Amino acid sequence: MNSGMLRQMRPTFFYALLGLVFMFVAPQVLQLFTIINLTTAIALAVLALSLALIWGYGGILCFGQVAFFGLGAYVYTISAINFGGSTWAIVMAVLVTSAFAAALGYFIFFGRVSDVYLGVITLTVTLIFFSLIRRTSGPEYKIGNALLGGFNGVSSPPINLPWNTSQFLFPEHVFYVAMAALIICYVFAGWLVNTKFGRVCVAIRENELRAELLGYDSRLYKLGIFTIGAGIAAIGGVLFCNGVGRITPDVFNLYNAALTIIWVIVGGRGTLIGPIGATFALFYLTSALGGQSVLNNNLVLGAILIVFVLLVPKGVAPTVIDWVNARRKTAPVRVRRRRGARAEGTE
Amino acid sequence: MTRQRGDVVLETRGLCMHFGGVRAVDQVDFTLFDRELRCLIGPNGAGKSTFFKCLTGQLTPSAGEVMIRGQAMTGAEPFEVASLGVGIKTQVPNVFDGLTAEENIWISARRWHDERRTRAVTADTIERLRLGDIRRMQLGRLAHGQRQWVELGMVVAAEPWLVLLDEPAAGMTHDETFRTAELIEEINKTSALIVVEHDMQFIRMISRTVTLFHEGRILMEDTMDAISADKRAREVYLGHRA
Ligand SMILES: Nc1ncnc2c1ncn2[C@@H]1O[C@H](COP(=O)(O)OP(=O)(O)OP(=O)(O)O)[C@@H](O)[C@H]1O
Ligand SMILES: [Mg+2]
Repeated sequence: MNSGMLRQMRPTFFYALLGLVFMFVAPQVLQLFTIINLTTAIALAVLALSLALIWGYGGILCFGQVAFFGLGAYVYTISAINFGGSTWAIVMAVLVTSAFAAALGYFIFFGRVSDVYLGVITLTVTLIFFSLIRRTSGPEYKIGNALLGGFNGVSSPPINLPWNTSQFLFPEHVFYVAMAALIICYVFAGWLVNTKFGRVCVAIRENELRAELLGYDSRLYKLGIFTIGAGIAAIGGVLFCNGVGRITPDVFNLYNAALTIIWVIVGGRGTLIGPIGATFALFYLTSALGGQSVLNNNLVLGAILIVFVLLVPKGVAPTVIDWVNARRKTAPVRVRRRRGARAEGTE
Repeated sequence: MTRQRGDVVLETRGLCMHFGGVRAVDQVDFTLFDRELRCLIGPNGAGKSTFFKCLTGQLTPSAGEVMIRGQAMTGAEPFEVASLGVGIKTQVPNVFDGLTAEENIWISARRWHDERRTRAVTADTIERLRLGDIRRMQLGRLAHGQRQWVELGMVVAAEPWLVLLDEPAAGMTHDETFRTAELIEEINKTSALIVVEHDMQFIRMISRTVTLFHEGRILMEDTMDAISADKRAREVYLGHRA
């Protein structure tokens, strides 16, 4: 990692530090109920991060990111039940999901499927998972010792200490694990987009033909970022079923698929922190709305989406960055030189 | 592999590209030698760009062969052609609009060099093409001529041994056109080039051999002077231009 990359990643480290502070302070000041709730929000933020990476940086509008999230949760749950411990189950969740995404992505990218059909295919895969797993309620639908449970889902064994199956984590501890996972995934993604791989992905997003005419095999790069994004989504899924305590096929429904897209649109494509922030904001907005009956939840989300698409089409974070950069231009020249406003920072 | 002046670097045999009934490129046999600078001219719709796209893998020819340095590249992907060390500029500007001029050039250089060398090549290219002032500007915000220059910068930064330029001077001012001609002469010191152009003045500045396309076929291949003197050539093309 050279000094240029460290400079580029400064905002990433800043937000990671904020996250760390939050991770240690929150359990001291918040009630257990809130902490458990937060764990679910963090899991969803990891999902949002994964889409922010592949859509915002890779230019791949995957309508079924939630499929990888749900698949990760199911693989974790089934493996943990069978293995009697969580450590290898987590590894399995990430590996199986990534392998699945790699296989799906191979057909999509090497078949040069157009962007629209990519959206259709990924959404279809999600909905297929939804209806398939919903139909697995009978006792004959077992994988090893794990009953799939149809629309009731399966209850997920909690995470235990690494290779120590007798030490389960309590919900307040899962919060630490979730927050640490979010921070690690975030820093990893922030690093990735600043590597050669990440920069080429951005170039492909900007103009695929140009990237190919420079000698880059766009199919490989897209497959790469798609697979990595799926792996991150799977981590989110593992956290999610730990936070909620069970996983049901509802994770694959249309509402969740759309919600993931909304987080990234609201937070802003081309940033990582934006979609993460938007996920928390919308999570708490919908929780607050859940407590009243005047306004329909979906109606409010739909309205937010329309407002953003029309008024803040770039999303919150890029709009704020543009605004700050515009103000910086009027600052003294020396400062401007040093900072060198780049078009594509991490944040 | 050592290369000598006079080796064939690019060759097509019986190249055809048909769109339904339109024979955009029809039975083209074309040969380019190392360090050669070849201009392609011809009226609108003559098939120059289509021929170009067949060479660069953007189109898969309906029939015929493309050989680059002896390798069969018919129907190859654009990245495979570029990966041979071929620099390509398309007729429609193709740049990374959301990235800065510097980042555009960096991406091109990085394909061939490690991190450190890429930085040097990028800085060098920016200086050579006098892009210093717009270095940190997003391409989407630049004027057409500047975007063309950044695209040329991307081609140069890859240090290609074969360069294919489709209308590099289109939409440039007189001064910019002149500088483009200079740049092409400079590139030609180390690489072979094919340049598609409409601007006769520009072609006179750079040309050695000119290939005249007409209705998908090669009508003539000669010096600019010989072509200007030719009756058929004047009829199909030059009459209303030079
Ligand atoms: N994708 C396509 N589908 C159908 N017809 C096409 C396609 N591309 C080109 N053509 C036709 O092929 C012919 C050659 O077009 P081409 O763009 O190669 O001409 P050109 O010599 O580059 O012209 P110009 O000087 O205007 O750039 C034209 O008649 C054009 O309409
Ligand atoms: Mg053309």
